[in-house]
Amino acid sequence: MNQQELKDKLSQIEDKLIAVEQPTENRIYLLCESENAYAANKFLFEEVPLRFIIATGIDGDGCFEILYHYAYDQLGFVVTLRAFIRDRENPAVESIAPFLPGAEWIEREIHDILGIDFRNHPNLKRLILADDWPEGVYPLRKEVKK
Amino acid sequence: MKKTVKKPVLAVGPFHPLQEEMEFFQLTLDGEIVTDIDVRISYNHRGIEKISETLQFDQVPFLVSRICGICSASHPLAYVNAVEEIAGVKAPERAQYVRTIIAELERIHSHVLWVGLAGHFIGYDTVFMWAWKYREPVLDLLEAITGNRNNYGNVKVGGCREDIPDELKPRILKDMDTLEKKIEMLTKAVLDDPVLHARLKGVGILSNADAIRYAVTGPTARGSGVDIDVRRDDPYAAYAELDWKVIVQPEGDVFAKAVVRLLETLESVKIVRQAVRKLPDGPIAVEVREIPPGQGCGHGEAPRGETFHYVRSDGGNRPVRHKIRAPSYVNVPSFRASCIGQHVADVTITLAAVDPCYSCTERVAVVDQNNKFVHDYDSLLKLSREKTAKLRKEFGLPGIKMEDLEIG
Repeated sequence: MNQQELKDKLSQIEDKLIAVEQPTENRIYLLCESENAYAANKFLFEEVPLRFIIATGIDGDGCFEILYHYAYDQLGFVVTLRAFIRDRENPAVESIAPFLPGAEWIEREIHDILGIDFRNHPNLKRLILADDWPEGVYPLRKEVKK
Repeated sequence: MKKTVKKPVLAVGPFHPLQEEMEFFQLTLDGEIVTDIDVRISYNHRGIEKISETLQFDQVPFLVSRICGICSASHPLAYVNAVEEIAGVKAPERAQYVRTIIAELERIHSHVLWVGLAGHFIGYDTVFMWAWKYREPVLDLLEAITGNRNNYGNVKVGGCREDIPDELKPRILKDMDTLEKKIEMLTKAVLDDPVLHARLKGVGILSNADAIRYAVTGPTARGSGVDIDVRRDDPYAAYAELDWKVIVQPEGDVFAKAVVRLLETLESVKIVRQAVRKLPDGPIAVEVREIPPGQGCGHGEAPRGETFHYVRSDGGNRPVRHKIRAPSYVNVPSFRASCIGQHVADVTITLAAVDPCYSCTERVAVVDQNNKFVHDYDSLLKLSREKTAKLRKEFGLPGIKMEDLEIG
């Protein structure tokens, strides 16, 4: 696929996205609401297909964000799906680990540090926090001091 | 009536007896065959992503070079790739070459280290002795360039901190010639050894499909026929201007990963040699005053695979979020695909074949909430002494008798 074909392919999930940004030539950001994240991820990983790199959880402005980073190595592109979770009280998003086992750890990690629930995750137990870390304290949330 | 059968669980860890790092594998066994594996990590958290948010952009390279002593060129390089993307700056050409040389010297010493350890793990200590001996001059070169054998601290946003002096060039070239011969000898010794073929071929296979599903990277992916290498796919530093090739093996077993690493070491020697010969004149850094608001994805090919850094800036002098993904973080979970169904005796080398690095894997965690030390040196020492005393009492361990020694 060349650049244009990749963009055409990505435009197939246009209806699930809020916006598409391309700040530099080989970096694309796809913005979506968390409800559409599962379908969009499945399309990116299985249909395009892109290589999964990792996900980033962020306590953003008024909402949580999960950035799913993918690579299209033939062109050296990094495609990032930026999903917004608006519900700060009970933040949740559908897990992508059932079809992408490489995402199992990072979802557990984001659950640990930001307290986001990954629905239908096969094994959402603690990964990085110590056993005696108190329940309900999420170290990367903004209210936790540096 | 339902019948339940108890299956033995073999605990390897939390302090791994062979790899000498903190990780905990629980292998469920059916006779000699591994039927399940559970990995526990996070015994060694340092909270680097959180600490990074408290540091200024130009302080972060020192922090991320301490993620892992061995990958201490790759992490800062991926980080500055991300920040330079936000700021829209490009380091001068000479800096790109210096970065390449240091990154490749790092790959050489890391791969050779692995070859030695892999030999040691399967009881072939000659390989271990050879490999570590040949690795030593590479560390000396790194010390001569950066002042440190590891933790080079050479990369900064906009360029490099130390230059490669011209008088060092002949020494680098000479050492590369010597090293190349030794690595060729080592490669032949490994690739032609029928015992190693018997021991490593067909062991711990990670199939191509599983390599993609588990999103593995680096030699672990290339050993399973996944043709990826950030140096070629999304070129940074000076890789696009040099002649080298990506080594890919389709088999997916431990032997394939060994072949990939050994041949890659020879490619790295080629890269270093070309980069030293082509090293352009000019400055090694440009001044970067401000980092504008924005986000950047930087990645680079560390010895163990792709290291990925995501940085977000709000226009201040510190990153508001800095996500780091070290290669072992995706390589280690692939054990579920490569170890289940294997003999327990083959698991050790299968686990070692991805060259796992736990200090890489465990970079996220928590500084004490109120910014206080939970334990300082003295209290840790006290805890340790109390524990030893307790064990001694419980198990009746002998105390060590100390006698006064007269000197002089």
